[in-house]
Amino acid sequence: MQDLERNRKYNEYVTSKMAKTKPWPSLFHAFWVGGLICLLGELIKDSLMYFFPTMTADVAGVWESAILIFIASFLTGVGVYDRIGAYAGAGSIVPITGFSNSIASPAMEFKREGIIFGLCAKMFVIAGPVIVIGVIASIVAGILGLIF
Amino acid sequence: MNRLGKQTFVFNNYPRVIGNYSVVGPKEGKGNFAQFFDEISDNDLFGEKSYEKAESKMIEYTITQAIANAKLKPDEVDVMLAGDLMNQITSSSFAARSLSIPYAGMFGACSTMAESLCIGACLVDGGYVSNAVCATGSHFSSAEKQFRYPLELGTQRPPTSQWTVTGAGCTVLARNDSGIAVTSATIGKVVDWGVTDANNMGAAMAPAAFDTIATHLQDTGREPDYYDLILTGDLGKLGSEILMDLLEYKGYKLGKNYSDCGQMIYANYQKTFMGGSGCGCGASILNSYVLQRMRSGHLKNVLFVATGALMSTVSAQQGESIPCIAHGVVLKGDL
Repeated sequence: MQDLERNRKYNEYVTSKMAKTKPWPSLFHAFWVGGLICLLGELIKDSLMYFFPTMTADVAGVWESAILIFIASFLTGVGVYDRIGAYAGAGSIVPITGFSNSIASPAMEFKREGIIFGLCAKMFVIAGPVIVIGVIASIVAGILGLIF
Repeated sequence: MNRLGKQTFVFNNYPRVIGNYSVVGPKEGKGNFAQFFDEISDNDLFGEKSYEKAESKMIEYTITQAIANAKLKPDEVDVMLAGDLMNQITSSSFAARSLSIPYAGMFGACSTMAESLCIGACLVDGGYVSNAVCATGSHFSSAEKQFRYPLELGTQRPPTSQWTVTGAGCTVLARNDSGIAVTSATIGKVVDWGVTDANNMGAAMAPAAFDTIATHLQDTGREPDYYDLILTGDLGKLGSEILMDLLEYKGYKLGKNYSDCGQMIYANYQKTFMGGSGCGCGASILNSYVLQRMRSGHLKNVLFVATGALMSTVSAQQGESIPCIAHGVVLKGDL
């Protein structure tokens, strides 16, 4: 039989005693690294449209995403992206580079369990929920767009 | 009966430490105990293809070296008691496969060193075996893979988190005329005070350590200052502070004779937040620093209490709180 009252008091005591993340430095780190990644994205897009004058903004945007995804996967592979993430937190998780990292890192981690059951099966353990929620959200948005 | 109170076994035949060995990884080799470990590997893969294989090889190597240190041959060893953090304790069982020694797998999560010493001492004291090999180990990368996130995922560790130690320790016990003796051991109860945060193991495990230490002191009628050193396995900074608070509330004051392996193993600059954790944390420090200090006469009475969190990734995802355990072993310098 668990002593619920004692457990509640103990958890309150632990919460009051434990170290907490300092919000302002974390926000600052996330803001400037996240901003820098977005700036890089804009730079890639503008350069593409400058060098290929026939390219439309939409097509340049797709290329920009692909290039950012490649860069992030590459940095994950050489073991740099986790260090950026440890410093920047949400700043490097929220942009598309974070999504790329969340697929590349389990792929690396589980490749020793084989191509099918390791790499392919485990590739989406982190990103899977994002994809599922994203698909559901787009369906809902689509239905709403149809009605109104 | 060779028992004090309900939970403390007394070993009247004095099983003694006749050999020991400790191996750690590169990060631990840059920590506070670098000069005490028997061996520091400069490669955390130990020449293997995966971290799971590396962990198994590290445990096997540590046991082989400890047996050699005890001046025994592997076929002269009567029983091997070992465990680790991997599912189905594969690292230890695979090590036992190649060593071909009678083997009983132990699982007490990070408390395995104390658990295996306790059972090993019982078997040696009772005359069932002439010697027993007690070992455990853990590996940062295999533990991260099993319990947390991929290594290269760019996440932040919370400030209450601990760093799993890459390391292994092995103690060989036997009846002998001289040497450090295991005089008693206290088997712990599973204690759960409702902590659900898997990133705050210290807070989850502290009540278990408190329960075992308080029971041990009650059973033996001793005060904390009877011991030169009361050493917990891997409570970390927060967990040790909570333990001291809980024991003080109960009327036992832990002073300078109290330390925690997890809190001490890494240097400050290594940024491990609350410190080290894992089977290898207590095992590597016990089998290096502690036994060396006991042999040199600096420490006489040591109470080693290793704590373990008995949860799995599934139980954590289903919202279960974290049940924990602690076992205590009393080591006495040359009698």
